[in-house]
Amino acid sequence: MASGIKDKVAILGMGCSKFGERWDMGAEELMVEAYLEAKADAGIETSQIEAAWLSTHIEEASVGKGGTPLSTTLRLPNIPVTRVENFCASGSDAFRGAVYAVAAGACDIALALGVEKLKDTGYGGLPTNQPGTLMPQWGANMSAPGSFAQLASAYRAKHGVDKDTLKKAIGHVSVKSHANGAKNPKAHLRKEVTEEQVLNAPIIAEPLGLFDCCGVSDGAACAIVTTPEIARSMKGNDAKLITVKALQLSLSNGLESQHNSWDGTYFHTARIAAKRAYDEAGITKPREQVSMMEVHDCFSITEMVTMEDLFISDEGNSWRDVLDGFYDSDGGVPCQIDGGLKCFGHPIGASGLRMLYEMYLQLQDRAGERQLKDPTIGLTHNLGGSPSQNVCSVAIIGEAGA
Amino acid sequence: MSGEVGLVSFGAYIPRRRLDRKAAASANAWFNPGLMAAAKGERAMANWDEDAITMAVEAGRDCLTGFGASDVDHLTFASTTMPFTDRQNAGIAALALELSEDIASSDVTSSQRAGTSALLATANAVGAGSAENALIICADKRKTRAASTHELHFGDAGAAFLLGTKNVIAQLVGSHSVTVDFVDHFRGEGEDFDYNWEERWIRDEGFATIVPRAIKGVFEKTGVKGEDIAHFVMPCTFRGVPQKTAAKCGVNPDAIRDNLAATVGEAGTAHALLMLAHALEDAKPGEKILVASFGQGCDAIIFEATAALKDSAKRNGVSGSLANRKEETNYLKFLAFNGLVDLEKGMRAEKDNKTALTATYRKRDMLYSLVGGKCSKCGTAQFPRSRICVGPNCGEVDSQEPYSFADKPAKILSWSADFLTYSMDPPQHYGMVTFAEGGRFLADFTDVEHGTIDSGMDVRMVFRIKDFDVKRGFRRYFWKATLPHGT
Repeated sequence: MASGIKDKVAILGMGCSKFGERWDMGAEELMVEAYLEAKADAGIETSQIEAAWLSTHIEEASVGKGGTPLSTTLRLPNIPVTRVENFCASGSDAFRGAVYAVAAGACDIALALGVEKLKDTGYGGLPTNQPGTLMPQWGANMSAPGSFAQLASAYRAKHGVDKDTLKKAIGHVSVKSHANGAKNPKAHLRKEVTEEQVLNAPIIAEPLGLFDCCGVSDGAACAIVTTPEIARSMKGNDAKLITVKALQLSLSNGLESQHNSWDGTYFHTARIAAKRAYDEAGITKPREQVSMMEVHDCFSITEMVTMEDLFISDEGNSWRDVLDGFYDSDGGVPCQIDGGLKCFGHPIGASGLRMLYEMYLQLQDRAGERQLKDPTIGLTHNLGGSPSQNVCSVAIIGEAGA
Repeated sequence: MSGEVGLVSFGAYIPRRRLDRKAAASANAWFNPGLMAAAKGERAMANWDEDAITMAVEAGRDCLTGFGASDVDHLTFASTTMPFTDRQNAGIAALALELSEDIASSDVTSSQRAGTSALLATANAVGAGSAENALIICADKRKTRAASTHELHFGDAGAAFLLGTKNVIAQLVGSHSVTVDFVDHFRGEGEDFDYNWEERWIRDEGFATIVPRAIKGVFEKTGVKGEDIAHFVMPCTFRGVPQKTAAKCGVNPDAIRDNLAATVGEAGTAHALLMLAHALEDAKPGEKILVASFGQGCDAIIFEATAALKDSAKRNGVSGSLANRKEETNYLKFLAFNGLVDLEKGMRAEKDNKTALTATYRKRDMLYSLVGGKCSKCGTAQFPRSRICVGPNCGEVDSQEPYSFADKPAKILSWSADFLTYSMDPPQHYGMVTFAEGGRFLADFTDVEHGTIDSGMDVRMVFRIKDFDVKRGFRRYFWKATLPHGT
């Protein structure tokens, strides 16, 4: 009987490139930037990596298909390299591959690297895509903002929240993230914003305004994982060991998009992944036990409802917690302490690993100006697709003893 | 041909937007001040996602109110603005109307009397016993040059009739056609616009000599006299011509019907049928209707309304379509919707919309008929139809029967107005549409104004252009949600 991933794998090292409009670098150079930091942090040579997972979503705009882009760029020693693509959850899924390989005993040291180069498309926002041969013939003419904005109208109708209050709540989500990102030298956007700026910004897809939407940017992030025994032997017994507590992925099976049992106000998969993750990590009171979170704030409304989906806020109450500052840096459960997708932008393949990177730094007291006091458990929520059809990853990492 | 065959049902469709003629004329007055004289009333303006097929389909749906689509055994589609020159347009409409595949069908085109000619050919088929329930659908969306009088006079619309021999609401009394190559205007192969000769000549040599010949011909054939006519349908954009024609043929001037110039504009080859549908809304049993349709000759047709007309099902028709109206004063939008101004669409519009025709064919009932599935085990209606049921406790394999969604009541669960995605009519509205009897999908909305929709509102599904493949001269169709009449 499977017993889950808790404490079976440790993070040996991580790296993260500067995110932003990296006109100076292509995807290959960004991969190397993140990898060199991770390699130094881990204290290993490339020859010690035994298997690797590459995460990138819009490969046609950067490196192309397959695992060879990673293998050739990092000069990996002819090891297995798997390209993972699972929409915006690709980064977390690549991490999952590396972690499972180590936990399975198939290898000692594995690498997960996510990269996305979105600024060669020639225009802002996510590029248009071809989702197969049938979907283009009937799928709605959506953009990412408009597809996530669906949550807002349904949430308002169900919970009786008026337009202005909801707009203020999602606005605060972004204000809070910008305040955090201002302290992060690797973030793309480093300026604070005011509530007034956010509320008066031009509408992108009703009710989301410019500041309710994360930007598109370039970046890479990397994790090197191994067994707790190997990590301890390399770092010494005094070092704070960071282990994986839970790694859950839940995918839609068509229920939300085809069956009238889903009411459009939440993420069906996020609730399932969160519950499984808490069970796997042995967490029974998430609002008390989770120290900090990085969630998928592609759009402010997504972050807001996710607070309920992660069972931190009660259903229908996330907007109150948000407005109360519960998720601010000085609140009960700080969310997006690194600035989130909002300040980093969303280089799709990299984001899941960037989230883990901040949790990892915080757990080791290495987060500088952003450092929270004695965090023990960090949760990442990384979601790709749309509210009605998606991939949701919930990952929990923490100190080895926690 | 006379005696048994007649109209069994009728339908009409007029696009919601009505372009204020003053908006067009005043924009062009610097170039052609004379246009202001024609700048009265409004003309129907098709949306960017409408064409002759979509309008004809809407008219066809209206016509089939109270009838089973599967009973139709014959289809004719008439238009001078067919989206495809070689790919049967009627066949696309047949899918959208969910007609049986075991029917005869054809496209009729190339003249302004193609609509009435198609009606007569259809009546002949019924009279010969080749068809029992024959549907004719007709629509036109004619392109006109900016600053032309035709831009002001024309309108976009469609009409449809079901012909048969049982429960006839208007009997076909008789007809006479003359075929005369009088070239009042022409549009050559591959051309976008008509070329017109002088109005005075068309009026004096064309309408004045050719139409009365056809009318006198039908009077002789049927024994009907001019004074017997209660409703005189004669499309013509020139003032006074129906009046002169009526006088020549002994028809009472009071019988001359409104040619809908002030509210619709002339809808090409569909206009005679549109006016005929309008006449049926007013006609009393026993009244005779004369239709004279001009286009390189003339078709003159006489109908007589029957007692059954009173009891026919309520439909939108012309009156209902007229009432479903939204004023449009943005002339530039009209030009853009008709491809007459080269707007900067941005890089997002460069997406290649090549269509895998194999996939289209396999899924033609899904894409064109909006047919999904209903699980015979758990009863869940679902779109699209699939091999494995979506029902949470079901998952049965190969259990779904085809299930029609097009006419099912539906509501908006969630929505957004999107200014980012490429749209010809921004902002692009779309949202989760849930069907009352089960099933849902994320649908594009059309013909909705910003600020007018919210969760919980009722919607109805309509057949529209999905997008264009400009590179290859193709377009594809799907269903979108819009607000029902009277919302």
